[in-house]
Parts: sequence; C-alpha cells; structure tokens
Amino acid sequence: MRKAALIIVPYLWLLALFLIPFAIVFKIALSDIALARPPYMPQFSWDEGIWALIGQLDFENFVFLTTDDLYWRAYLSSLRIAFLSTLLALAVGYPIAYAMARAPEEWRPTLMMLVILPFWTSFLIRVYAWMGILSNEGFLNQFLIGLGLIDTPLTILNTNTAVYIGIVYTYLPFMILPIYAALDRLDGSLIEAAEDLGCSRLQAFWLVTVPLSKNGIVAGCFLVFIPALGEFVIPSLLGGSGTLMIGKVLWEEFFSNRDWPVASAVAIVLLLILVIPIVLFQRNQQRVSEE
Amino acid sequence: MMRLSWFNVVSLTLGFAFLYLPMLILITYSFNESRLVTVWAGFSTRWYGELFQNEAFLDAAWVTLKVAVFSSTLATVLGTMAAYVLVRGGRFAGRTLFSGMIYAPLVMPEVITGLSLLLLFIGIGLDRGVLTIVLAHTTFSMCYVSVVVSSRLVTFDRSLEEAALDLGCSPLEAFRLVTLPIIAPAVISGWLLAFTLSLDDLVIASFTAGPAATTLPIKIFSAVRLGVSPEINALSTILIGIVALGVISASLVSKRNAIRQQREERAAERTT
Repeated sequence: MRKAALIIVPYLWLLALFLIPFAIVFKIALSDIALARPPYMPQFSWDEGIWALIGQLDFENFVFLTTDDLYWRAYLSSLRIAFLSTLLALAVGYPIAYAMARAPEEWRPTLMMLVILPFWTSFLIRVYAWMGILSNEGFLNQFLIGLGLIDTPLTILNTNTAVYIGIVYTYLPFMILPIYAALDRLDGSLIEAAEDLGCSRLQAFWLVTVPLSKNGIVAGCFLVFIPALGEFVIPSLLGGSGTLMIGKVLWEEFFSNRDWPVASAVAIVLLLILVIPIVLFQRNQQRVSEE
Repeated sequence: MMRLSWFNVVSLTLGFAFLYLPMLILITYSFNESRLVTVWAGFSTRWYGELFQNEAFLDAAWVTLKVAVFSSTLATVLGTMAAYVLVRGGRFAGRTLFSGMIYAPLVMPEVITGLSLLLLFIGIGLDRGVLTIVLAHTTFSMCYVSVVVSSRLVTFDRSLEEAALDLGCSPLEAFRLVTLPIIAPAVISGWLLAFTLSLDDLVIASFTAGPAATTLPIKIFSAVRLGVSPEINALSTILIGIVALGVISASLVSKRNAIRQQREERAAERTT
C-alpha cells in the first residue's frame, strides 16, 4: 500500500507535466492552422469518439515544413553545427582530460573541481562573456591588433564561428568529464607494456590509450551533440541573422510569427531527429554498465 | 610521484585559461569606470550602485530566488521518491514508461519542453506566473535529482535497511533512520543541482512565465540582446561570486568530513 503511494505521486506528476503536454504538442501540430488560431486552445473533442478525432488530424503543417526550404536548411545547419562543434570540443577536451588523468593523484580532485565549477555558473553569463571578447572592438581583436598580427578587426561576433566557440566553451565540461573518467581507470602498466614491446609513445597512445578511452569519447560526444542540436541561447546571442539553427527557428515561429501549429510541427521533427542519437547513446551506456 | 610532461602542462594551462579567462575579463571590467565596456577608464564600483537601484532587476532576482527554492525543494522530494521506486521498488505496472519519463527530460531540448508545458498551461487555463514556472522547473529538475540519488542508492548495501526492518523498524522509520542519512549527501547535491538549474534557466522560464512574473535570466537575456552593458557585468560578477563561494565552502566541508573520517578510522584501527 505504502509502495503504491510512493510510486503514484512522481508517476502522476510526470504523466501530467511531461507526457500529456507532449500529446498536446502532437495534437496541435496535427491540427488545422485555422482551427488552432488564438486563443490557441488545444482542439480536443473526445465526445465524438477516437475515430472522429483521428479524422480531424491534418498533416498540412508537416507538408508546409517540406515546402519552405527554410526549415530543412535549418535542420541541416543545426546538424552540421552540432556535429562540427562536437568534433572541436573533442579536440580541445581530450588533451585536457588526458593531462588531468596524468596529473599527480593529489591534484586530481582540484582539477576536477576546476572543470565542474564553470558548469555551476550561469550558462547565459558564460555565453554573454564571449560577446565582449568577440565583438569588433572586443578583447580578442584588441589583443591581435596589439600583437601586430592583424590591422583591421576580424568580424567574429554574429557569425557561425562565434557559435562554434560558444558551444565548445559551454559544453566543454561535458566532454572532459567522461573522457577523464575513462582515462583515470586506465591501467598504466598497459602503456608501459606497449612501450616495452617496441611501440613509440605516439603509437602506444594510438593503439592502447585511445581505444581504451573509447567509451568516454563516445559518451562525451553524445553529451555535447544532443544539447547542441536544439540550442537556442548560443545562436541567438553569438550568431548573426545568417546563423540558422532549429531551436532559434522554433522560438521565432512561436514568439514572433505566433504560428503555434507550425512551431509544434518543428518541435516534433526535431524530436524525431534526436531519437536516433539518444537511442544510440542509451545503448552505449548500457554496454558500458554491463562491462 | 608522477611528473607532468611539458605537453600535459601546456594542455592544462591552455585548457583552464580557455575556461576561466572569459569570466575573469568579465569580472575585471565590471569594475570599469567607463560606459564603454572594452575601454578601461579606472576602477569604480558605480555599476554595482546602479544595479542595486534598478527595481526591475531586483524584482526579477526575488522571483528567481523564490522559484528556485520552491522548485528545488519539491523536485528533491519527488526525485528522491522516484529514485527510491526505481532502485528499490521492484516490478510494477508501467515501470518502463516511468523510467522513460524520468530520463527523457534530461535529453529533451529546452525549447520543446517549454513549448509543451506552455500549451498545457493554456489548455487547462492556468494563468502564467510564479506557479507555472515552479511547476515547469520542478518537472525537469526532479529528473536530475533522481539520477543523482539513484546512483547513490545503487551503491549502498541493502542489507542495512533489512537489518533495521528485522530489528523492528517500520519501513518509514527504516527509511528515516538508515536510508536517508546514507543517501543524504546525494540528496543535498541533488537539491543544489536543482537549485542552480532553476536559477540558470532561460528558455523554459521564457515559455512558462507570464507578464506577471519575470525571472532574472529573462531580464538579462533581453538586456544582453541590446549589446554588452556594464550593469550586466556587475550582475554577472555577483552571480559568479555567489556560486564560487557556495562551491568552495561545500568542498571545504566535505574535505573536513573526509579528514575527520580518516582520523576516526585510524583511531579505530589502533584500538583493535
């Protein structure tokens, strides 16, 4: 009896505030644009029965997404930006994780804290800090001009480059921590063995260290890729009008164009795209925990 | 002791410079006299003064704090219950759906969560305000809490609970006297995580906040869209300072506990 009460409270909460809202998004995405006009009440009419409800469903919002090339360009460009920034984060994060795992034992908790600390400070403020660095008269340009490397300021803010920098910066801890966890567990004698057997240090790194940290690399990549795909804050603060990301499109469709059915359809398609990496990630996690 | 190679020293230095320089620049320039954010014109605390006279920011900060306290407390209770059910609950109808709903919000893009909750609130005719933000934040942060708490629940010995039950505890007493003290560190860090997530959230709050209640991130976002401003630098510095203080004191406390534990263990060894 007590157990039932324990289950029911969080269960009902999630049903009411997670699953049902989703059903509503589906319903609105499948309703007529005219039907879903302000005041934007979800059009439920159970009284006519489930078949009548299904009969009312309308795929025109999804058809609309295919007719305007803005949407599929936004999906593609989100995928590209998320993919490239994941690779960049890996390139930046791996050496840091590697050096952390190689650091003296007593330093490691402190180094770990230093990686986690930015994660606790406001995401919005960390993105904002880059606005001051990347702008035309910002610190980066002042610095480069001061060094005499460039004469005219580089335009970085309001371009895709700034978006890459922003994503790599804010999600870097997600990349470092799983790789560090994998490298930390790694048995140092394996590398020594490889070197004894005639590997150079680089060969030992490629043939032993990298394969053994594969799980950490995969986990880190998913942890950066999945949130980057639906990113809204970074492209809208650091990216320019030319930066196309689906999270931003959804936001504008919803708040500026006030076309809620299309915004819902955009959300559903984004979700469908996300299902693949999420399922892959879960499989990987399951395999890791079985090992 | 292992020595770091030059390569490792360089990657650590560059890595931490990359992570911390932007925030250090932000903090430094919050004490800048000039209105131009990138021109240094001498030390001054005038932006802090102006910030504390800005009613809109203060009101938003108050709303944010209220929302964070309520939602993280609620999320901790619900998330701990959910974790307990998942780890100790055994089989029950709809278990797969339940665990799916626990993990799904962790990977859901915030724009989708925000959109769906807004459509729900409009559907049931709930006026948007502090209550709706609390409901939204509780929903996504209870999932983080349950992940943190269940990782602790998995690793500790179940026989301790069973011993308490054998010795005549009711299940509730066993939970309060045995389980809760053991999982307490996870529950506390779950609460802290939920609290910072709530303080930090812009996207979901933007969808679920009405004109009646605005949170600090929403205010900052609309101010920042107009460009970099010294007042926001001051505000950011305060927020960074609060977090740094909190994290450092938490780690000092846990370090002291670890040392004390070590000492007790050594004393115990000596007596046996």
